[in-house]
This record gives sequence, C-alpha cells and structure tokens, in this order.
Amino acid sequence: MDKSLNWRETIITAVVKTCGYSAIVFVILIFFFLLREGVPALAEVKLGDLLTARWYPIENHFGILPLLTGSLIVTVGAMLIAIPFGIGTAVFLSEIAPRWMREILKPLVEILGGLPSVVLGFLGILVLSPFLRVFLDLPTGLTALAGALLLGGIAVPTTVSIAEDALDAVPLSYREGALALGATKWQTIWRVTLPAARSGVLTALMLGIGRTIGETMAVMMVTGNAPVLAVRLTSIFSPVRTLTATIAAEMGEVANGSTHYHVLFFIGLVLFLISLAVNITASSVVFKSKKRAERVLS
Amino acid sequence: MKRRFSIDRFLAQRLGVSLITLVALLTVIPIIGVFGYIIAKGAPAISWEFLTAMPRDGMRAGGILPAIVGTFYLTLGTAVFSVPLGIAAAIYLAEYAQENWLTRLIRIAIINLAGIPSVVYGLFGLGLFVLFLKFGTSILAASLTLSIMTLPVIISAAEEALRAVPQSFRTVSISLGGTRWQTIRKIVLPQALPGIMTGVILGLERAAGETAPILFTGAAFFLPRLPGSPLDATMALPYHLFVISTQVPDMPIQIQYGTALVLIIFVLGMNLIATVIRSRARAKRQW
Repeated sequence: MDKSLNWRETIITAVVKTCGYSAIVFVILIFFFLLREGVPALAEVKLGDLLTARWYPIENHFGILPLLTGSLIVTVGAMLIAIPFGIGTAVFLSEIAPRWMREILKPLVEILGGLPSVVLGFLGILVLSPFLRVFLDLPTGLTALAGALLLGGIAVPTTVSIAEDALDAVPLSYREGALALGATKWQTIWRVTLPAARSGVLTALMLGIGRTIGETMAVMMVTGNAPVLAVRLTSIFSPVRTLTATIAAEMGEVANGSTHYHVLFFIGLVLFLISLAVNITASSVVFKSKKRAERVLS
Repeated sequence: MKRRFSIDRFLAQRLGVSLITLVALLTVIPIIGVFGYIIAKGAPAISWEFLTAMPRDGMRAGGILPAIVGTFYLTLGTAVFSVPLGIAAAIYLAEYAQENWLTRLIRIAIINLAGIPSVVYGLFGLGLFVLFLKFGTSILAASLTLSIMTLPVIISAAEEALRAVPQSFRTVSISLGGTRWQTIRKIVLPQALPGIMTGVILGLERAAGETAPILFTGAAFFLPRLPGSPLDATMALPYHLFVISTQVPDMPIQIQYGTALVLIIFVLGMNLIATVIRSRARAKRQW
C-alpha cells in the first residue's frame, strides 16, 4: 500500500478520535467555567446567607431558598400532570390505538416536544393565565400553577415518546401469554406489559423531570417572577420564581464580576449538578435493566 | 362467585380502557388546539411587508426581517460547528470505539450534555465565548453555545444511522482492499446519510427555537439594521417573541401572534423536511 494512504489514514483516525472525545471535554469545560465564575460567590456571601429566604440582590440579600422552593413546586406540579398524561397516552398509543392512529398521533405529540418553549410561554401569558385568573378567581393568573401546567405540557411529549418505545419493546409473546391465560386486555396492560416496561417508563419520567427542572423561558414568562418562599400548598396559586428564571431574568443586568454575577453562576452550578444527578440516575436505571434482560435471556 | 369475579374484571377492562383513551384525548386535543389557535390568530398578520421590512415605531409596526435573518444566521452558524464535529464523533463511536470504560464515559457525557438546562448553556457561553475568549455578544458566541447544546442530538442520531448500515457492507469493502476510512467514506456514510441528515435537522430545529442560550451570548433587543459580521449581535425570532410579549408595552397583539406563527413555521418546516427525508430514505433503502 502506498505511503500517502497510510498517512492519511493515521491523521483521519486521530481527528475522528479527538472529535469522539469532545463530549467529555465539553462537560468538563462547562463544569469548569461554572466553578470558576460561581465558586467566588461562596467567598463573597456566607453559605448561611445563601440559605436564607430573602432574595433581594439590590440590597445584597442572596437567599436562594425561595428560588429552590419555586423550582420545586413548579416541578412537582408539572410531574403530577406529566405522569398520568404521559404514561396514559403512551399506553393508549402502544396498546389500545389502532396502528394508523398511532402513526398519526405519535409524531403529533413529538411535534409539541419540538415547539419552542417561548411559544408556549407566549400562549401562557395571553391565553392560559387570563383563563386561570377568571376561572379560579385569583388576583393574577401568573402563578406557579400556570408554570406547572406549561411545564407539564413540555414534559409530556418526552415522556410519551420514550415510554411508548419502552412499551413497544415488550415482546408480543408476553401479551399473548397473558391473553391466552384468560386475562382481559386491561389486566394484561396493568399486570404484564407495564411492569415489563417499567425501567423504560421510569427513564421516560426521569428525562421528563430533567426537562422540567431546566426549562427556562416558559416558566419565566408565566410564573409571575416573585421570589417568595413557597412552602404552603396554596403557594401553587401565587406567583413564584424558579432557579432558571432568576438567571435568565437577572444575568443581563448585572456587572460582570460582581457578587450578584457570581451568585447567578453559583445557581447555574446548582442546576448543573441537579441535571447531572438526574441524568446519571436515569441512565443507570437503563443500564441495570439491560443487564437484567441479558441475564434473563442467557 | 366466579361469575361476579368475571363481571368485575370486564368492568375494570372497560373502565381502564376508557380512562386511558380519555387521558390520551386530553393530551392530543390541546396540542391540536395550540397549533390551530396560533395559525388562526397569526395568519392575518403575515404579509409581504411583515416578512421583509424592518421594524418601525419601537417594533410596534413594520416587519420582523432582522429577527428572521438573525435566526437563519444563528442556525447556519450552529450547523457550521456542530455538524462536522457531531458526525465525526458519531463515526468514532460507531466505527472505531471499543466497548471500554472510556467509551462508556463518552456516552455518559453525551447523555449529560443533552440534559443540561439551556440557561446553563447560556451561562457557559457567556463565561467562555463572550468574556474569556472576548468574542463579545455576537453571532459567533451564540452559535458556538448553541452548537454545543445541539451536539448530543446530532451525535446520537448519526451514530444510530451509522450502526443501522449492515456489517456486510463493511466486510465487502475491506475484503476488496479498501482501508477503514475509505470504507467509511465511500460505503458507510452515503448509506447512513439520510438518517444523519434527519438527526442534524432535528438538532438544528431545537437550536433555532431556543432563547435561553442566546440571551446573554448574542441576542439583541432591537437592531435597526441587519448584522454585518459574525461579531455583531443579532435579533432572533424566539428572543424577539419573548421581548414583544413581555418587555414592550402596548404591543399590537397581531404582531405577536404573527411572530409566533413565523417561528413555528420556521421550526416545524425543518421538522417536516426531516420527516420527508426519513420516509423517502426508508422507501429507497436497499437492505
């Protein structure tokens, strides 16, 4: 073989290999820059002060508890919507709907997943929150509830899409076996198919949660942006503010290198670590179940 | 006793199936509603002037040309960085990598990149591209930020497409004396191209609709002209929609819905192209 070909092969292999590692490099880079800009916050604001209930940057109050509870209440609300609707729709598409209907509806649901969140936020302001204000007789419709409803809408497509794949991957013979033993379709779904697809459905929910915690624009537009501690059940009907919305709303106006700037990066670091935890948990569920499946099959 | 049991169970079957159907209806109907509503409300705003004129009167009149052009530039800029890098990374994973701890680490990194909140990408872009590398708030900084966000989508889709090419294609090429790279370039890549294209477009679609990553890296509130270089800031459709629906008082409602519709058409148009490529490739597939 001529030499130039060999050389080319070596160079290309090296380039491709380098690109292959890029994902690792980027995760490390992101982590590094969040640390670099965020950790100084701990020197400028005492950790005890960060964990207070007052977020008022103009007077140097950087308590992130209201933002944490804001994110939490909106996320929990969104999951209460996404779990039944996401899994219900996935079961319907995979087990009940005729094939032609599934071919139409699944892409439709996935299209909603591709809808820019700013568009949902926009509809949230113009349609959803006025409706909530009148319907529930609230002083303002821009509440945690509006945020939870929109986030539910954002989490549902992710959940449906992945959960439906998981249900679809359950071997037909499982269902045939159950039906042959005289189980009704519903018993088959509830006792056989869903449990068999459990890990995939769980992953779907985890990834849905991941999208929910990280969602920014829609939440910022409809939750009313009030950094108030949300600890009571009725807080769902009042304005809140999430971690993500705080960064998006305030970063544009802070001086680079100020305490406020560092604290916002620190919040970014917290979000990064949360998403890391969620994703590693979700993927380990997948890996574990794969191993279990391999054991069963061997 | 036995009889009652069986009635209960068929009742449960009926109730369960109806409930699930109801839930699915309640999911699907709002989706159709959302699209129908925006199309109905936004269509009257769309005109030649709206698409090709500069904004006037503090964005309350005129067109949204700079936002359309800006989103086009950002999408293009994102493609320039993320497509070659993403496809190369996918080639590495599908054709070169062995199953070892390093490869597992790469996969975990990809999963995590996909899950990082978009606003955190914005912070990262601000820290690295805007401030540290001194690109300023610019199309360049925003495109780079968006391309890192898009990367996991492109890598995953492209890897899947490459793996779908049957092993025998590679074996034949190698046995005829082709090198590994020749095999990839002449045999595997062309076969996987439609699948890769689909993934690329879906990734770019996401980038085109994102607001949070460009907030502090490249988006401009208002520009009276089109951006002239990659180092200029730019208006963009999603950010413009955010601005006119929250930051500008007395904004005519029609312009807001019109902007939302143009953004949706931009994004869903890309989605449609991806779907067409995918289904045509499936019809033509030789294996």
